[in-house]
Amino acid sequence: MSSELRYTANTQLEHLHARYTGTGHADLTKYEWLTHQHRDTLSSIVGHPPLMSYLAIADGEAIGRVKFEMTERMLQPCGPPPAKDD
Amino acid sequence: MSSDEPRLVDSFTAPKEVLQEFAELAEEEDFDPFAETASKRQIAARQSDYHNRRFSRVANESADAFKAADEGQDVEGGYKDAMRLQMLEREEQRVRRAIEEKERQAREEGKEKMDLDRTPPREELMEAAQELAQSSGAKRKRRWDVSEPSDENADVKMEDKGEWSKEALEQATPKKRRSRWDATPADVTNVGETPKRSRWDQAPAAQPEPAMTPIIMNAPGVMHDDKHNRYLTDEELDAILPSQGYQIVTPPPGYAPVVRPPKFANPVTEVGGFHIQEGSDAAAAAAAAGLAPELPTEIPGVGSLAFFKAEDAQYFAKILKEEDETELSVEEMKERKIMRLLLKIKNGTPPVRKTALRQITDKAREFGAGPLFDKILPLLMERTLEDQERHLLVKVIDRVLYKLDDLVRPYVHKILVVIEPLLIDEDYYARVEGREIISNLSKAAGLAHMISTMRPDIDHADEYVRNTTARAFSVVASALGIPSLLPFLKAVCRSKKSWQARHTGIRIVQQIAIMMGCAVLPHLRNLVDCIAHGLQDEQQKVRTMTALALAALAEAAAPYGIESFDNVLKPLWVGIRLHRGKSLAAFLKAIGFILPLMDPEYVSYYIKEVTIILIREFQTSDEEMKKIVLKVVQQCAATEGVTPQYIKQDILPDFFKAFWVRRMALDRRNYRQVVETTVELAQKSGVAEIVGRIVNDLKDEAEPYRKMVMETITKVVASLGASDVDERLEVRLVDGIIYAFQEQTTEDQVMLDGFGTVVNALGIRVKPYLTQIVSTILWRLNNKSAKVRQQAADLTTRLAVVIKQCGEDQLLNKLGLVLFEQLGEEYPDTLGSIIAAEGAIANVVGMTQMNPPIKDLLPRLTPILRNRHEKVQEATINLIGRIADRGAEYVPAREWMRICFELLDLLKAHKKGIRRAAVNSFGYIAKSLGPQDVLQVLLTNLRVQERQSRVCSTVAIAIVAETCGPFTCLPAILNEYRTAELNVRTGCLKALTFVFEYVGPQSAYYVDSVVTMLEDALTDRDLVHRQTASVIVKHLALGVAGLGCEDSMMHLMNLVWPNCFETSPHVIGAVMEAVEAMRVTLGPGVLLSYTLQGLFHPARKVREVYWRVYNSLYLGAADALVPFYPDLGELSEGQNVYDRHPLQMFI
Repeated sequence: MSSELRYTANTQLEHLHARYTGTGHADLTKYEWLTHQHRDTLSSIVGHPPLMSYLAIADGEAIGRVKFEMTERMLQPCGPPPAKDD
Repeated sequence: MSSDEPRLVDSFTAPKEVLQEFAELAEEEDFDPFAETASKRQIAARQSDYHNRRFSRVANESADAFKAADEGQDVEGGYKDAMRLQMLEREEQRVRRAIEEKERQAREEGKEKMDLDRTPPREELMEAAQELAQSSGAKRKRRWDVSEPSDENADVKMEDKGEWSKEALEQATPKKRRSRWDATPADVTNVGETPKRSRWDQAPAAQPEPAMTPIIMNAPGVMHDDKHNRYLTDEELDAILPSQGYQIVTPPPGYAPVVRPPKFANPVTEVGGFHIQEGSDAAAAAAAAGLAPELPTEIPGVGSLAFFKAEDAQYFAKILKEEDETELSVEEMKERKIMRLLLKIKNGTPPVRKTALRQITDKAREFGAGPLFDKILPLLMERTLEDQERHLLVKVIDRVLYKLDDLVRPYVHKILVVIEPLLIDEDYYARVEGREIISNLSKAAGLAHMISTMRPDIDHADEYVRNTTARAFSVVASALGIPSLLPFLKAVCRSKKSWQARHTGIRIVQQIAIMMGCAVLPHLRNLVDCIAHGLQDEQQKVRTMTALALAALAEAAAPYGIESFDNVLKPLWVGIRLHRGKSLAAFLKAIGFILPLMDPEYVSYYIKEVTIILIREFQTSDEEMKKIVLKVVQQCAATEGVTPQYIKQDILPDFFKAFWVRRMALDRRNYRQVVETTVELAQKSGVAEIVGRIVNDLKDEAEPYRKMVMETITKVVASLGASDVDERLEVRLVDGIIYAFQEQTTEDQVMLDGFGTVVNALGIRVKPYLTQIVSTILWRLNNKSAKVRQQAADLTTRLAVVIKQCGEDQLLNKLGLVLFEQLGEEYPDTLGSIIAAEGAIANVVGMTQMNPPIKDLLPRLTPILRNRHEKVQEATINLIGRIADRGAEYVPAREWMRICFELLDLLKAHKKGIRRAAVNSFGYIAKSLGPQDVLQVLLTNLRVQERQSRVCSTVAIAIVAETCGPFTCLPAILNEYRTAELNVRTGCLKALTFVFEYVGPQSAYYVDSVVTMLEDALTDRDLVHRQTASVIVKHLALGVAGLGCEDSMMHLMNLVWPNCFETSPHVIGAVMEAVEAMRVTLGPGVLLSYTLQGLFHPARKVREVYWRVYNSLYLGAADALVPFYPDLGELSEGQNVYDRHPLQMFI
């Protein structure tokens, strides 16, 4: 947050944001952001049963299996984190 | 000439009172108007002697045992020394007490002798007189403020060779200095002989040079310049020498004035015996003579200060004059730096203070604990310290502590001595501050160190020290957790060595319970077991304290934790049979708090056991005991297990006999307690039982007692209703109430409330008595006293509903007319009540039936609106608003317009209720008259200066728009917006914010008409314009969500969006809210495409803002964003695949 705003009410907003997973900040990397997107996508599918059954039919798998796989994928949806440069 | 005529005198002089007046005038010259308030601001001047005992405390350095262990050395001034010192002090007190005892005995014996021998022979008297003159007369002659000649000092020392003499003590503790300013040098024989000697004329023995600098409790009072020997200043020379014929010669080159070394290293040791401070009176006298230099407000290196007190000069002497800094050592430089910062913090203006505070915090470790606390702590012990200064210094300690961390260890005791008194301060915030510091201190120093530092004070001889230590320990317990302190507490509570230690240990538990509340629950059993044995202690004080601690624990634990108290139930209940007086009171208190925790099925047994004692103690004459007994009775009655039958049979008869007597009404606290307890008893035994017992006392001859009865009846009836009251009781009750109301001599709320409550509770049953009641009111409305009239009007307000219920419209009409005639009332309080009563009647009878008719009533009220009194304004505006709402058609439009103009003035009122009522009235008036004229009045009012009036006008405009439909007002508002005046434009925008907030979804019809205006406002240079316009956009967007206004909303979004880089807090807040509202209307997808532009912008400031927007968006609609995330598959590299495969599947 810019320094002028550090002492104003907006700090609270900033803190509030930081308490939730999935929110970002100015130094977020591509990998982190996309990981969040993928997790959101997967959880959204798991949370909408019609979408689940659609995917299950497309995949030719049982709904339960698809659900399990989706949930498992959430662990590292975009693969392991890339090595730090510095 | 008759003889009784006044005799003529030959000379006349001024009358005595004139002379007196001149004398007073002369005295007024040196009257200081600030003296009184200054002493009130000073903490020490305000507090009790007990609080001020803090000045007599000795602080010693506490060794850092951990550090010592690390460095493998034995540090001086550690726990062992502290304990030894402690023991010596206790012994000294014991001896002193023994002396006093002996003295007292001697005196009593002497008295007996005198008594036995009524007329002592003359020679004996002479002898005694002579003896007296020899022993004390010589000393008496000396003024108390002249210091003792040194030979007497020597004398005292000569006598001082006893076992506990100063020398012996000093030998025992070679490193310690004892600044007991009020200590009697232990000259046993001398004291015994002259018991009346004041301690002022005793010289304390000279004290050896201390090894460590202790905190000097009574401020070092040495003036830096002896006033007889100081140099003459330029001003003084100017005053003395003639201005003409002399020339001021410049000093020869190379001359440097001698800089005297600072002399304040250890002021107390330089002065033998008492030193009278050069008080402010001496300084004031000097200032009056124009000789003494004024107190500086400008200090070199510090800048200007908000104030500077005479006392500050002692502490900050070193930085008051210019010095050559190159000659100073590093340490000295550091010291001066600290002093400057402290002076800035203590006396500076807020901005100066803030920067100084930050500096001292940042540099705390650099300065080191020693130099910092050596400067801060003496300042805190200054007797003339004021609240604000104390607050600031405590804040410094707090900040510094945080930085210093474990470096603080050697100073723990010193800090405690200064901070502990805050824990018993009467000011809540001071207590909180004290707790905060001690809790931080214990976190920094660690439990072991805190215990070893405070252990010696636990059985200190002085009760004050033990008390504050116990409180400090409870803070430590809450900071570091009860379990860590438990083993220590157990040991202390079982201490064999002294009962003081046990007493303090138990008190610590009590304080823990009081401070931590229900947080004691997990450790309740441990804490109770820790102190349980104290109930059978051989010391009565310990037993009492144990009972009090148990009471505190039970109170904190309520309603849980009865099983933890199992062990103490028996001793407590046995105890109440064994004890008397104070300890019985404590035991009863503990029982009172434990009872509510018990299971209902067991509680009745325990209550029966305790009731016997309670009833016996009903007779007590001790006030404290009375209060506790009442409290316990109240607690017993409140428990579930006790039956109404039991209360009626076993408690009530004795209770009423003992407590419902006139005497109880005289003491305020007893009065309250009795009323509360009786109300509690009524909850169990019913209204009729209690009211029936006391209703006759409504006709008692003592007014305070009648009031007590009335208050009780009010509370009982208010909580339980009057359905329980039978016909006979009803007659007695109403009769008694009317009697009590009529007979009151001081009109107050109690009688009024009582009357209102009872009549309202009886409802339709009061019909037979209404004629009598109303005639009482009518009679009192014409009373000579304004208070009585006011009360009668207030009573009308309360009774109006009931009178209507009973169908007595005739009476209401009569009352309405009489009140109308009284509208010329001159006392504003009474007038307010009369108008409110008229309003209440209008409310119940309705506007059409109202008598006097509305068309007569309202014109009479219009001029009253101009009354400046708040109560009158509020009552009038409420009534007018009511008429405007319900019966506007009875009044001609012209009258309403006149009222509109009057209402504008009310918008300036201080009270929010009045402003709100006025604003609402605009709405009602506009509704009946049509909005045009009212709106014109309000829009014109936007040009006035006062912000409050403008803001209220905008709200009123919005209300008018809401009641009459926005289409009636929008054109006028938009037209007004074209005015070149900034205030008017802002006002119009503000009005629109409220309009769209109120009308909600209706705004869909009006979006297009305001878009052009919003375009203008959102592109204005003025920040406030854009802010207010953003608020309008927010309300619009939320209102029209889902109503198909996306096109105009998109347009507005494009205008709002560039404002997201604003930094002013209010503006950015409004803009962010507008953007959030847009998410609702436009959908998160659109917003996401806006934010994607800047999430990875190269400029950090841009990224920060965009991420903030993204985060709000994400939190608002995380799930809905999923389909809108961009496809970033092409960014995949190595192991990281960013394709969202599930979204690419289709059937």
